[in-house]
Amino acid sequence: MTPDSAVRPADQTETDEWGRLNPRLFLVNLSVVATPLATFAATTVLTGGEINLQVLITCASFLITCLVIAGISVMRLITTRYRITDDRVELHKGRFFRSERSIPVDRIRSVDLTANPLHRVFGLTSLKIATGDQATSGGGLSLDGLSVHDAEELRRRLSELRHARQGLATADPDDDATLARLDWAWLRYAPLTLWGVGGVFIAVGSVYRTLHEMKVDPLELGVVKDLEERFGSLPLWYGILLTLAVIVVIGVAGSTATFIEGWGGYHLDRPETGLLRVRRGLLITRSVSIEEQRLRGAEVAEPLLLRWAGGARLKAVASGLGDEDENSSRSRLTPPVPRALAQSIAADVLGERVSPTTEAQLAPHPRAALRRRLNRALIWSVLIAAPLVGLGLWLTPVLVHTGWITAVVLFCAGAAFAFDAYRSLGHAVHGPYLVTRSGTFTRRTAALQRDGIIGWTITRSAFQRRAGLLTLGAATAAGSGVYKVRDVAVSDGLALAEDAVPGLLAPFVERAPARH
Amino acid sequence: MLDNQELRLRPPRNRVETRAIGWWTLQSSLFALPLPITFGVLWLFITPARFVFGPLFLVALVPGLLFMGIMPVWRYRVHRWEMTDEAVYAASGWLWQRWRVVPLSRVQTVDMLRGPLQQLFGLSGITATSASSAGAVKIKGLDHRTATELVEKLTRATQAVPGDAT
Repeated sequence: MTPDSAVRPADQTETDEWGRLNPRLFLVNLSVVATPLATFAATTVLTGGEINLQVLITCASFLITCLVIAGISVMRLITTRYRITDDRVELHKGRFFRSERSIPVDRIRSVDLTANPLHRVFGLTSLKIATGDQATSGGGLSLDGLSVHDAEELRRRLSELRHARQGLATADPDDDATLARLDWAWLRYAPLTLWGVGGVFIAVGSVYRTLHEMKVDPLELGVVKDLEERFGSLPLWYGILLTLAVIVVIGVAGSTATFIEGWGGYHLDRPETGLLRVRRGLLITRSVSIEEQRLRGAEVAEPLLLRWAGGARLKAVASGLGDEDENSSRSRLTPPVPRALAQSIAADVLGERVSPTTEAQLAPHPRAALRRRLNRALIWSVLIAAPLVGLGLWLTPVLVHTGWITAVVLFCAGAAFAFDAYRSLGHAVHGPYLVTRSGTFTRRTAALQRDGIIGWTITRSAFQRRAGLLTLGAATAAGSGVYKVRDVAVSDGLALAEDAVPGLLAPFVERAPARH
Repeated sequence: MLDNQELRLRPPRNRVETRAIGWWTLQSSLFALPLPITFGVLWLFITPARFVFGPLFLVALVPGLLFMGIMPVWRYRVHRWEMTDEAVYAASGWLWQRWRVVPLSRVQTVDMLRGPLQQLFGLSGITATSASSAGAVKIKGLDHRTATELVEKLTRATQAVPGDAT
């Protein structure tokens, strides 16, 4: 393997021309300064022209920070240059801190294009080249602010080079390689991804904090005062219901907006042999390419509400997609879609006739796994109700009754979830895949290629040891790093590991006569 | 596979050093003791509030001592390691126990670590990482010499295997 050295060979032909970032980037950099100016103007309007020193200092320091950022970006624009030689990509940048980077074409795992709205206004885009190093973030290189044409051209040349070197055929451009396209009917699933509600709290929190920093107390604003006067006299339960309703409505609107922004223009295809590409995003356009050589399986995720509505999301289990955060956003292959469609896309992506996530006959887990889940429900409901009962014994019997009723209700709900979680559990070795399913709030069915398993991790808590269970983790370089078969009987779990990767665990397993 | 036989995980062959018990005890004391000591000092010097700090001292001290007494010995019984021609195998933990197997062909880097407390007891720890973010095998509480030998063996074994181990 060629080392990723910063020094390029001296005998390289110097005929290749150096490319530069697009000069329009200068305008983008200028617009950064617009933010503090706009904030300042908004504050002036909000406070009615009364600017105190604090606001002035805040805005001034903000402006200076933005100016410095803009200056740095302009320097970057001037000093960055790149080129492609026959076997590597080179990037030089910086004047004071000069960095020269060169990446062999063979080591490139993916080439992604991302454009934020500001870039798009000026017809620019960012190109990111990722290499196989998962551990180091400095593994790849990125070019921020190429014109779309240059970026597409660069990507095309890289892909041609790579194919020429690996002796693969470039796909016929007329061939329709589309695997999936956005269907606006999927929008009905958008509100069912729960985190829209969480988003409301985050948004409200950050708005409050910003206003507070600007010395504007949101509770003193006219709008809020007005609301308080109108609804202050209503009974408490009505207020709570109303607040809940408002949060749900905003949450639904939020998740729908997120869906439209994140998945508008969604297109999953195979632009060339051995490469999957996801393009999506309405304002920020993203394009993620995954080499199929790096694909180790697929995961079907069904958050609770989405599952009830018959929907699911599909994720790729692939290595070289970056660290944990990057991996979780870049591995997404579909938005929430009908379950059957998610499964059929999974089959297409994995190159199977039927997806192993549907076809595999999952073996159920022992009853002890159900007992563990019921116990957990019991413990949680008791823990939540205990403070109420305690306070009630001390203060008033009303609280004692509230407490035990809470406990009973919580336990019933918890038990329902426990049964559901138990039914979700399952595992199988299916052809070249290890398939495992678990979870109730988000049920995940993962199919992991058996030859992608690079080690086993077995964990047992004190309770699991008493119940004769273990959690088997298949370690892999792809996806989240480990895929777990939770709460499986000891003997079954070890047999499963042996089935999936013959010979790896066997030397450490011993046979004992059955106890029954 | 024979149906009338149960499979069981065999513990790895080698125990860690007995000195590791001392190391774990010292380590746990750093967590367990500061709080009761604080309460003890307050009990000594603030005589009018002794009725508060006395019980607090006991409440903080007893679980701490139990932890210091039980955890190290329990860990010593669990922590074991083994290296075969094909794989590294290690067990760790006490309440939550963990067994890890990584084939030598998948080991990417081998690190040796000696913290200040470990050095005090003449101990070393080894981490063998693989391409999986969750797949590192850690063996703590080895003798310096054993650790060095093990690192050498591991490094040699991993160099013998071509490819990028993913």
